[in-house]
Amino acid sequence: MKDYSSPGTTGLVMHESLLWEKGKQGKKGYSLPKRDVEHYPLDKQLARENPPLPDLSELDVIRHYTRVSQWNFGVDTGMYPLGSCTMKYNPKTNEKQAALPGFTNAHPLLPLQMSQGALRIMFELEGFLAEITGLHAVSLQPAAGAHGEYTGMRIFHAYHQDNSGTKNKILIPDSAHGTNPASATMCGFKPVTLKSDSQGVISPDAVKENMDSETAGIMVTNPNTLGLFEDHIKEISEIIHSQGGLVYCDGANMNAFLGIVDMQDTGIDVLHINLHKTFSTPHGGGGPGSGPVCVTRELEPYLPIPRVVKENHGYSLSSDFQSSIGKLHSFYGNFGVMIKAYSYILSMGQELEKVSQTAVLNANYIRQRLKETFRLPYDRPCMHECVFTDELQENYKVATIDIAKRLLDYGFHPPTIYFPSIVHGAMMVEPTECESKDEIDRFIQAMAQIAWEAEDEPNLLWSAPHSTIMKRLDETTAARHPHLTGDLKGPE
Amino acid sequence: MRYLPHTQDDFQVMLQEIGVSSIEELFSSIPEQCRRKSNLQLDEPCTEWELNSHMRKLAKQMPDWDECSAFLGAGNYEHYIPASIQHLLQRSELYTSYTPYQPEISQGTLQSIFEYQTLVSGLLGMEVSNASMYDGASALAEALFMSLRIARRKSTVAISKAINPLYREVVKTYFRPSGFRVLELPYLENGRTDLGPLQGEEDLAAVAVQSPNFFGCIEDLDSTQQKIQDLGALAVTCFSEALAYGLLNPPGKLGADIVCGEGQSLGISQSYGGPGLGIFCTRQKYTRNMPGRLVGQTRDKNDNRGYVLTLATREQHIRREKATSNICSNQGLCATTAAMYLASLGGTGIRELAELNRDKAEYLKEKLLEAGCSIPFSSPTFNEFVVKFPSNFDYEQTVNKNIIPGIPLGQYYPELAGHYLLCATETKGREQLDNLVKEVNK
Repeated sequence: MKDYSSPGTTGLVMHESLLWEKGKQGKKGYSLPKRDVEHYPLDKQLARENPPLPDLSELDVIRHYTRVSQWNFGVDTGMYPLGSCTMKYNPKTNEKQAALPGFTNAHPLLPLQMSQGALRIMFELEGFLAEITGLHAVSLQPAAGAHGEYTGMRIFHAYHQDNSGTKNKILIPDSAHGTNPASATMCGFKPVTLKSDSQGVISPDAVKENMDSETAGIMVTNPNTLGLFEDHIKEISEIIHSQGGLVYCDGANMNAFLGIVDMQDTGIDVLHINLHKTFSTPHGGGGPGSGPVCVTRELEPYLPIPRVVKENHGYSLSSDFQSSIGKLHSFYGNFGVMIKAYSYILSMGQELEKVSQTAVLNANYIRQRLKETFRLPYDRPCMHECVFTDELQENYKVATIDIAKRLLDYGFHPPTIYFPSIVHGAMMVEPTECESKDEIDRFIQAMAQIAWEAEDEPNLLWSAPHSTIMKRLDETTAARHPHLTGDLKGPE
Repeated sequence: MRYLPHTQDDFQVMLQEIGVSSIEELFSSIPEQCRRKSNLQLDEPCTEWELNSHMRKLAKQMPDWDECSAFLGAGNYEHYIPASIQHLLQRSELYTSYTPYQPEISQGTLQSIFEYQTLVSGLLGMEVSNASMYDGASALAEALFMSLRIARRKSTVAISKAINPLYREVVKTYFRPSGFRVLELPYLENGRTDLGPLQGEEDLAAVAVQSPNFFGCIEDLDSTQQKIQDLGALAVTCFSEALAYGLLNPPGKLGADIVCGEGQSLGISQSYGGPGLGIFCTRQKYTRNMPGRLVGQTRDKNDNRGYVLTLATREQHIRREKATSNICSNQGLCATTAAMYLASLGGTGIRELAELNRDKAEYLKEKLLEAGCSIPFSSPTFNEFVVKFPSNFDYEQTVNKNIIPGIPLGQYYPELAGHYLLCATETKGREQLDNLVKEVNK
């Protein structure tokens, strides 16, 4: 009998060429409105020939994208335990709410009396996020996590300029995501790397050693990228504050903390969260996301403008904040994404706490069940994700990349691999709260099977994946001879 | 709760397996002083029915678009989005996936983005495009930083005052801690940018103009970009209405070094200003200085054509503090939408649609002039223009009749108080255009 325990299989997969390889001049996939005004010719010097875009029929376009979409793996396809990315289910009702024509057709510069619904959503969402994080005030303007980090670093910069003068360094642990040092650098801070201790967390001594009056503060990730709670966060915050610094927290991993941790009480001054992680909005193959920033009362004056304010007659947008760092987005941020997060928070309500409890339970369950099979560099209870390595499999010349690629054959998205970079051959598993025990068991079974194959039939791993539309791709040549633009005139 | 799948039994079995007696024990590493002192002050979970009715109520506090006609542009445009695109965007393989780090199971996203890069490069006459950025404003800020990286020892950039003032504000925010200088160039009487003040400026890394500019005026890119390059600076062209390039000579053909702007017009809903699409193109020789993600074509082990994320050595996850930008995502789904839209229109359709946009605006302009309005800027425009209504015109009253006659400019340009920026796209029927004119005639 066929084994139905893992979903990976091969079905009918359609080939599909590039758009411009199918086009034929004169086709049409768009219904133009009837012309009811005369033609006013434009000065010939300013006009162009027709743009070199392929002409296609509507069905050509529909089939094209239907077919290519089938080459993709999404959360709706299967388990996606990509560490630090929180690939949870994207509820369909959220999509429906964001698609209400009242919102989708709204121009951002509408008179305020005509924008009350949108402003109320933003105002209330800010309130929800303040309640959930424990921080005082929120800006929804940053369009992504890295944009939120940048906003946070701009706030650091502005705060120090107003108080103790310019500072030029910032402490960042070696386990941090690469965006942290990049965002800090854009604000004129030179990153000073802190080494994580043997327990996988930042030690107060390391902070003490590096913190000085030239240093703007610290950027931490909590839970950190090893999935561990930063045990000494409170003490670290005190050290930073005592020398006039500020504490930034990258909230990429907030899915462990909902209803559990008060970020203000951990000493955090600025926190960014990812609506596309913790608050269930879809990742869209790389975006759009949304990276709100939450701050203490003391830092509220620095938040980006315009801000939504509630007045007697209703909601309004105000730029009347002298100390604000300014504007970071053409308008107010990714409003369409905010509607989805707002819908999610309303749908979950007080049960958000169960989200974190379940996410942490699932991660610990996987940690426990696989820790004999794959090496666990930090063998202690984790938060919402756990990190394994390929050390045991190295004996058979099998590496993390091979394990990840083999997992595709079993119908699972692989974990985040080779990150955090302080762990050699890392595999970072984040199951989220959305996966059922049965699904998680299937994942564990697949991982165990792969570990056995590594020992017995490593070739299966080296040559994986076998059942995807593409086999391993040549990334070296892609980088050495970049081919970034197709030839609109003909076949590639 | 329907998004949480465990049964009570599952919880028990899993806790047992882990070897703890309660969920609480899993959180024992979190010290008491870091814990919340109270439960979340949020309501009971909403049922789907309750959510529907709540959200409908909020949506009703926005205009009823069957009744309201808004003549608003300024970086966010009303264009018709075909049903086919709205339908395709529901392919959850596309919208529920992450960044395509595993190319073997992400070819849908990767090929779509490669096609996006190719189509927008074609539209703008450029050699390469990145996989997109947050929006037009941040794309402009990143373009200016990129110019400074290329120019190395220079420390000044100049931006036209006729660039969308909201974009200029964002540029100022990005530049404040950088130590670089941002010069603003005045606009001429005809509504185009005045490059005059740049004479003798030797420290210039780049000069940015917008076309069509904030006033809707089409800049004379041919001579502007030549002058910029004569000054030894990079020519940056930005735009907020991508559809204009269905009709206008593309900046790349006229010598632009970087072309960036907003792509919301290309099939993306207005959504109160976001998400949008930051389009970013440059010349091949500057590729390695570019911010943002890139998709490249390659081959797999069986020699089949495929696509991967590439040139990541410019990016933050490898280069950390030395990266070309901190950006770590793109507007993937919005870029895919734009490609779907461009593919649906084709070269023939986009030209027709762009012409229709201009014609609607020209018709409105003509009728408003006849009705006694004045048009301060004489340069040719696309689908937006600046107008001064006759003194007896009542803006508020017109708004109360569900006609929004443009954006008041005094807030951005005190010297243009009493002037409005009007936009008319293909979505405005002649009757709606005439209704606005009637209000002026009263």
